Amino acid sequence: MKTLALPRQLPGRLPRNYLPVLVTGALFIAMFTAGGIRYEGFATGQIILNVFIDNAFLLVVAVGMTFVILTGGIDLSVGSVVALTTMIAASLLPSTPSFLVILLVLAIGGVLGAAMGAIIHYFEIQPFIVTLAGMFLARGLCYTIGTDSIPISDPTFTAIAQTRIDLAPELWISPTVLIALAVVLVATYTLHYTRLGRNVYAVGGNEQSALLMGLPVARTKIAVYTISGLCSALGGLLLSFYMLSGYGLHAVGMELDAIAAVVIGGTLLTGGSGYLLGTVLGVLVLGLIQTVISFEGTLSSWWTKIVIGLLLLVFILLQRLIVTTGVSRER
Amino acid sequence: MAEAILRMTGIGKEFPGVRALDGVDFRLLPGEVHALMGENGAGKSTLIKVLTGVYSIDSGEIELAGDRVAFAGPLEAQKAGISTVYQEVNLCRNLSVAENVFIGREPRKFGRIKWGEMRRRTTALLRQLDLPIDVSKPLSHYSLAIQQMVAIARAIDIDARVLILDEPTSSLDAGEVAQLFRVMRRLKEQGIAILFVSHFLDQIYEIADRMTILRNGRLVGEYVTAELPQVELVGKMIGRELAELERLDERPPARTSDPLVEATDLGGRVAPFSLTIHEGEVVGLAGLLGSGRTEIARLLFGADHAASGTLRIGGDQVTLRTPRGAMARGVAFCSENRREEGLVPELTVRENLILALQARRGWSRPVPRKKQDELVAKYIKALNIRPDNPEMLIRNLSGGNQQKVLLARWLILEPRLLILDEPTRGIDVGAKAEIQKLVVELSDGGMAVLFISAELDEVLRLSHKVAVLRDRRLVAELPNDDTLTTDVLMETIASGGAK
Repeated sequence: MKTLALPRQLPGRLPRNYLPVLVTGALFIAMFTAGGIRYEGFATGQIILNVFIDNAFLLVVAVGMTFVILTGGIDLSVGSVVALTTMIAASLLPSTPSFLVILLVLAIGGVLGAAMGAIIHYFEIQPFIVTLAGMFLARGLCYTIGTDSIPISDPTFTAIAQTRIDLAPELWISPTVLIALAVVLVATYTLHYTRLGRNVYAVGGNEQSALLMGLPVARTKIAVYTISGLCSALGGLLLSFYMLSGYGLHAVGMELDAIAAVVIGGTLLTGGSGYLLGTVLGVLVLGLIQTVISFEGTLSSWWTKIVIGLLLLVFILLQRLIVTTGVSRER
Repeated sequence: MAEAILRMTGIGKEFPGVRALDGVDFRLLPGEVHALMGENGAGKSTLIKVLTGVYSIDSGEIELAGDRVAFAGPLEAQKAGISTVYQEVNLCRNLSVAENVFIGREPRKFGRIKWGEMRRRTTALLRQLDLPIDVSKPLSHYSLAIQQMVAIARAIDIDARVLILDEPTSSLDAGEVAQLFRVMRRLKEQGIAILFVSHFLDQIYEIADRMTILRNGRLVGEYVTAELPQVELVGKMIGRELAELERLDERPPARTSDPLVEATDLGGRVAPFSLTIHEGEVVGLAGLLGSGRTEIARLLFGADHAASGTLRIGGDQVTLRTPRGAMARGVAFCSENRREEGLVPELTVRENLILALQARRGWSRPVPRKKQDELVAKYIKALNIRPDNPEMLIRNLSGGNQQKVLLARWLILEPRLLILDEPTRGIDVGAKAEIQKLVVELSDGGMAVLFISAELDEVLRLSHKVAVLRDRRLVAELPNDDTLTTDVLMETIASGGAK
C-alpha cells in the first residue's frame, strides 16, 4: 500500500522543542564550571542551594508566569502583587493569626488574577494593558497601607525564616525551597497530566482552533491568570519569610525578572511551547549570574542586569532561529 | 433511494444588500460523497455556514436524521454529528497528533491523562485510514494533507455522521489528493455522508456520487455525477455558454513592436536570466511551485534587489530599489497572495481600488471623491465586479471578485507592464474566464503582461511566448506556436530544458 513519505526524523528521540531547555541547562553547567575554575570555594553544592534559597520566591512567581506565557499572554502585575502580599501580611500579622493571614493573601492574589483574566477574555483586551493596570493598582494599594517598611515579628514567620534543613554536612536548604519545589512539581503534573494543562498548550498554540475544537478557552485563560495571581501571593509570602518585612518597594521590576527567567528557560513568548523545567533552569541561571558577580567582588551589581539583557537577546534570537527553521522543514 | 440523513428545505439567508441564499433545497444521503458546486459568490460558503450554525437562517428548515435542528454554532453542530474540515486546518500544530485527536476528551483515570492509551487509540484510528504515522510527534511535523486527515480522524472519532470538507484539496499535490480520496471512500463505506467542495472539476468527477449546483444563491439542481457531462456542469454553474471560454483559444499572433522590458543576466534570488517583453505581448512563466516564478516577478517590480545584470524599461537602463520606483516606470504587480499582500480587508471596494493610484500621487494630494467614484464605477462595470456596491467591505466579496478588485487597482494606473502572479488560483470557472479574457484585451490594447500560473493550459492559451523555470533557473524560452502543447511544457519542466 502506498503511503505518503514521512517527514525526516530528527536525530535522536528528543523533540526539537527540548532544544532551548537543553541549551539553558548546558549554559548553567558551563557557568558553574567556569565559576569553579575561576574562584576558590565556588564549586560546592551549597552554592547551588544558595541560589535556590535566595530565589525561591522568584521561582514560584516564574512558575505562574510560565502558565500565562504558555497561553500566549503576559502578566505584568506579579511584582506588585508580591509587594502587596508582604504589605498586607506585615500589617495584619500583629493582630491576626498567621494561618488566616496566609489564606487571606492567597485569596487576594487569586481573586486579582481571576479578575484580570476575566477582563482579558471577555472584553478582548490585550493582557499587557490589563495586567499593567493591575500592576499600578496593586502597587498603589501598598502605599495606602503604609509608605514605610513594616517589620514582621510573628513567631511562625520568624520560625520559618530561621529554620535550616540539613541535607548533608555542609549542605542545607530553607523551608521556602521545599515549598517552591513542591509548587514546581504540582505545576509540572498539572501541565502534563491534566486537561487544564493540555488546554493551556492548545490555547497558546492556536486560540481559534482551540475554540473550534470545543475546548473551554474562557475557563483556561481565566485559570492561568488565577494561577499566576496565586503564585505571586505565595511568592510574596516566601519573600516575607526571607525579608521579615513588608514594604511597598519590595520586588520592584520582579515581573521582568520572572519573564526573563521564563524566556531564558525556552518558553516561546507567542505561547504553546515550553517546559517548566526550562523555567527552573532559567531562574537558576539568573541566580548564578548574581553569585558570579558577587564572587568577582570588583564588579558593580548592575553587571547582573547587563548579562541578563545579553542572555535574553541571545535566547530570543535562538528561539527565532528554531521557529524559522522549523517552519521551513514543514513545507 | 435511502432516507436522507440531512435535509435542508427552502433555505433563505439575506445579508445587507445581498440575497445570499434564496429558497435552496439540499439533501445528503448516508454513504455518499456529495459535491456542492457553484461559482464564487453562488452561495456555497453561506450554505455550509448556515448548516454548521455559523449563520442563522432567515427562512426554511434543517432536518438531521428526521429531527428539526437549529445550531447556535459549529460546536453544537459538531455535537449533533456534523463536523467540518476546512482548507486551513483548525487544529493546534504545536500539540502531538494524538493530542489533536483527543484533546478535550482525553482518556483519564482519577483526572490523570492516560497518554499510553491515547497514543494507542490514535494509532489504531489512523491505521484504519491507512495513515501509519508516529502519533507522538507534533502535528506541525507533517504535511498539510496529513494534518487534514488528522482533522478528519478527530471528526469521525467524535462520531460524525455528516462530514463537510470545504476545499480540502486546494493546497495538496496529486499523491496527497489520492490519499485523501482513499480515506473518503473508506468513510463512505462506513455510511458517513460527505459534503465535498472543490474547484477542481476532475476531482469532483473522480470522487463525487451526486452534486448540487447553486448559482447566485439559488438552486440550479441536483444531479448524479455520472449522468452530467463536464461541459454541461460548467454551463449550469456559470449560466452561459462555453463559447466565451473556447473563443480565447484563437490567440492572435504576437505583434512585432519595440521591446518594453529587457532584462540581461538579471539575477537575485534566481539564477541570472535574460528576458525580453514587448509591448502588447503576453509572456507566460511556467514552472512548479518554488521554481522561481514569483522571484522573477519581484525582481521586475523592485520588491527584491537585483544582485547582478541590467534591466532596461522603455529603453532606459534602470535600477529598481523599491516597488514605488517600479510603479513610477509603469510596472504593476498583482501578488499571488491576495489575502496577505493585496487586500486591505477592512476597507471598502472603493478604497481598495483607489489605493495604488493614491500611493502614486502621494498622501498630500488626495484623489478627489468625484474622480474616485467615476473610476470605481467604470472598473466595477468593466470587470463585472459583483455585487456592484463600491461601499461594501471587500472581505465580504467572493474570492473571484476580490481578485478583480485587485486587478482593477493596478489597471487604474494604466501600467505598461502588468505582472499577474497566479491571478486565477482558487477562483471559479466564470471569473477565471473573465480574467483571461481581460488579459487578452489588455495585451491587444498594447499592454505588456507577464502571466504566472501553475495551470499550463492557461499559460498556453494566453501567452505569446512561454519562459520555463526550474529550480530557480530560467531553462527555456519557447514561442507559442502550433507545436507547443502542455505536454511539451511539462517535458521541458521535467527535463530542465535539456534536449
